[in-house]
Amino acid sequence: MMRRLFPHPYLSLTLFIVWFLLVNDLKLGSAVLAAFLAITIPLLTGAYWPNRPQIKSVPALIAYGLIVFWDVILANIQVARIILFMPADRIRSAWIPVPIELRTPEAIALLSGTITMTPGTVTADMSDCGRVLLIHALHAPDPDAVRDDIKTRYEARLKRIFE
Amino acid sequence: MIGLDQITEIVIAALLVIGGIFGLIGSFGLLKLRDPMQRLHAPTKATTVGVGTALLASVLDLWIFEATLTWQELLVIAFLFLTAPITALFLAKAHLHLTVRHEDIPPTGTKRPWATYSTDDADEFQP
Repeated sequence: MMRRLFPHPYLSLTLFIVWFLLVNDLKLGSAVLAAFLAITIPLLTGAYWPNRPQIKSVPALIAYGLIVFWDVILANIQVARIILFMPADRIRSAWIPVPIELRTPEAIALLSGTITMTPGTVTADMSDCGRVLLIHALHAPDPDAVRDDIKTRYEARLKRIFE
Repeated sequence: MIGLDQITEIVIAALLVIGGIFGLIGSFGLLKLRDPMQRLHAPTKATTVGVGTALLASVLDLWIFEATLTWQELLVIAFLFLTAPITALFLAKAHLHLTVRHEDIPPTGTKRPWATYSTDDADEFQP
């Protein structure tokens, strides 16, 4: 019964909070509408998202968020320095295939999003079977180091959170 | 004497200036970098801090000087972080599809090709 009514409890909770942030007002009416949206949207979209993502450790997820937040700031400074001070013909861009061990779609989506937001790397494609990500690095004199960094810094943590 | 209000104003001004600088660098990157894939890096990154600091300045200003705490800016940041990687992925895939030859990027190392170059229609993602 609970499972039928709330196919995605985290999604419901997120929608509830997001609605309150949107209206920016603590009224009973907003709470009713927020609850209505939090129940109906997961019900209507549940058919397209049958599996429920398993989050093994919420503190680890929060720690991951903080690490990514910090890395995004560093990434901005790093990319800004490359753009400003490095001559265009000395920038060595590279395509890097990164084999991934993650299997849950949510974890892979989070990993590829993280890669795009952090130091000089963009997720460009994924292999047909979902086991390798194609990454473009803005300036990577040592592509192997970039790959290992992604695997140890982000993938290992995501594996602990989701799998 | 410098009061708390002045310190806040200085912080807000500094945030706006930092945001402006990063926005400018992101746009400059579009001009300077040569390859379309390189250009993709400039807006996806240099603008996140640019927009983030501007929104943070907005939150601080309304909070300290108008005494209203707004959360919508946080939502803007959250949605920006959710959508920027997806836009970048779409642009990269369109670029791969239109201008990059299959031979120019490294192989996957598995038996399957990159999804953009895949021609089979019946293969589904197997987790």
